[in-house]
Amino acid sequence: MKGRAILTGEHFMHGDHACTEGAIAAGCRFFAGYPITPSTEIAERMAQRLPEVGGVFIQMEDEIASILAIIGASAAGTRAMSATSGPGFSLMMENIGLAVMMEIPIVIVDVQRGSPSTGLPTLPGQADVMQARWGSHGDYAIAAYAPWSPQEMFDLTVLAFNVADRFRIPVMVMSDEVVGHMVERVVIPPEEQIPRWERKRPTVPPENGFRPFLAEDDDLVPPLAHAGEGYRVHFTGLTHDERGYPDMSAETHHRLVTRLVEKVRRNADAMIRYEGYGLEDAKIVVISYGCTARSARRAIGQARAAGIPAGLLRLISLWPFPEKPLRELARQAEAFIVAEMNLGQMICEVERYVAQPVIGVNHAGGAMIPPAPILEAIEEVATRGARIGRRKASAG
Amino acid sequence: MKVYARQPVDLHRMRVPRGQVYLIPERCKGCRMCVDFCPQQVLQVSTARNSKGYHYPEVTPGKEESCVNCQFCMLMCPEFAIFSVEVDSL
Amino acid sequence: MAHALVAEKHPLDDLIRTDRMPHIWCPGCGIGIVMRCYAQAILESGIPVEQHVIVSGIGCAARTPGYMNLDSYHTTHGRPIPFATGLKLVKPELMVTVFSGDGDLAAIGGNHLIHAARRNVDIKVICINNFNYGMTGGQVGPTTPLGAKTTTTPYGNPENPFNFPYLLAAAGAVFVSRWTTIHARQVKEDILYTFHKPGFTFIEVLAPCPVGFGKSNNIDEGVEEMWLYRRRCVLAGRVPDETPWEALQVDLREERPIVVGRFVDEERPVYRPVRLEDKPSEHRG
Repeated sequence: MKGRAILTGEHFMHGDHACTEGAIAAGCRFFAGYPITPSTEIAERMAQRLPEVGGVFIQMEDEIASILAIIGASAAGTRAMSATSGPGFSLMMENIGLAVMMEIPIVIVDVQRGSPSTGLPTLPGQADVMQARWGSHGDYAIAAYAPWSPQEMFDLTVLAFNVADRFRIPVMVMSDEVVGHMVERVVIPPEEQIPRWERKRPTVPPENGFRPFLAEDDDLVPPLAHAGEGYRVHFTGLTHDERGYPDMSAETHHRLVTRLVEKVRRNADAMIRYEGYGLEDAKIVVISYGCTARSARRAIGQARAAGIPAGLLRLISLWPFPEKPLRELARQAEAFIVAEMNLGQMICEVERYVAQPVIGVNHAGGAMIPPAPILEAIEEVATRGARIGRRKASAG
Repeated sequence: MKVYARQPVDLHRMRVPRGQVYLIPERCKGCRMCVDFCPQQVLQVSTARNSKGYHYPEVTPGKEESCVNCQFCMLMCPEFAIFSVEVDSL
Repeated sequence: MAHALVAEKHPLDDLIRTDRMPHIWCPGCGIGIVMRCYAQAILESGIPVEQHVIVSGIGCAARTPGYMNLDSYHTTHGRPIPFATGLKLVKPELMVTVFSGDGDLAAIGGNHLIHAARRNVDIKVICINNFNYGMTGGQVGPTTPLGAKTTTTPYGNPENPFNFPYLLAAAGAVFVSRWTTIHARQVKEDILYTFHKPGFTFIEVLAPCPVGFGKSNNIDEGVEEMWLYRRRCVLAGRVPDETPWEALQVDLREERPIVVGRFVDEERPVYRPVRLEDKPSEHRG
């Protein structure tokens, strides 16, 4: 009895497990990973489920081997994923750049824990979010999503595969220990309701005219030839021209790297996701993501009950950063509050787009930021007006 | 290369192949592997140069009929710049 | 023949990206010789060219995929083996060959090397051992002999080198052989043999690196090192009973035998990802 790939129906499911189910439902048939709290359950579920659906599970010797294995698997034509946490995520950085340069789609799930270094393996953190964007060396662009529930661990993993395949980029799912380890209601839709964005494939037969890194469409995405199809394509981490041949000229380099970055910027609208709560009349806008956003939503509920016009902009895509909604909110808001379980990272991005004061509600990690410090920040801003500048309200 | 190979006992019956050496001069980097390791010392470094200035090999005068198409020059060449093909044999 | 004739094409040109020749390697470097053996083996392998995949990491030898007219992947330093593992596990029908150097495979890539051998992953490894990091100008590598001079061991290498055949045999490779670039026929034969031998196979080929290793260890020219190979190489007896593993240590600066040949050729189950269809029914509860 071959296991069903899509477990359509209602579940009471562990966050990490929901992530695995999302991957499999999205057609992921290769997982390579390495045990690391708090993401190991993703690998454990993959080890159980992939053989049921004709997929391949392998535990590699380290996280570097894991990301290389999934790039190789993806190059052969299958959707491939790895899952890790801070320490492993750091080991993967160099080769996120390889996936960018080779334009081979992969999905990496980072179930963040208290960091830096070994930090708090069994406790939450959100301090890898800038690393997700800038961790590898050089100019490049990726997409990254922040789930705040097991349901979104499923949904955003499906989205991650679609964005990765459609635009040939690495995509991260930036979860955290709370979301990864909580158990909540997860509804898995029937197969026909699970979106599938296919990889752009060559339309010309293999002969020497085919230039694998020539992006003829205005989405700047070249067609992807897989191993064993006769295209005899050269994939290299070296700067390369449209034929895929190494080319050390500054001009080719600028052209290539510009395209790789522009490819994400130009298609950002298809990638960006966010949600608003009480934003219609909000004068004080809280910005948050992941598990912290759950507290933020409670806090704005309490604030609104107390007559304070507060709203929440929840970032679902961290990268590309949802700048449009922020610019619009800047027309009405008097102040912004950024609540995140780190000492201030996404706040830097918010400050780029708004002139109003931006107050951080921060904690270095290890425990969810409760609603109280967010509510206090809202009340403080409301009572003393927006005259105060950027000041850290410690959530400790 | 000094060859100590003994004379085959059936040389009178056997046909000794004849080879024609072919070059792609532009690829040669003058490493002399072919010249040194040709068992019949058919090749020598020529005074001619390719566009990069490397001296590519030529047939040593007097060795025009010595190539037996063993193809070792091709095996020893790192540049894919030389090979031999069997022509009529004696 | 009156004299050599100029040819338009080399017999193996269809397997090569001729629009990228001449290649990057220095005059006298041995990598091109091994690349030719690999191309020849592909031609004779009976496996369609479309099913051959070549993967490399970083370094001189790792530039080979760029010149081979195949599905070729030039990955990051030390990482061709896990990349090849992922690719092979998804498309087992492809013949996946890792073609890289001593530093790439055994220094930064050492962890992946021994684990892939332990698992007996069905990929073919060709390791060019020129005893140093050539691409970056001649630094000490994992096989540089004790005491040898390199740009990062100006006072002599203070470290013991790996003995690759011994290392790979211990790690679990089912086929281990070592030749030099003068043994071009044997190298091609062994590559061809490993194309038809399931499991993790490892072929070490000693190659001259006149600019990187040679110049500081008085082997000034590639052809000089080739003569040295010819003079010193001896075929191994059965290892370890006739030829002890330790005898396989190499130090080109000393006038002592370089032991070449096939050291391991055995059968072991090849790494297979779990397939429920192969499992007895009670697993599929």
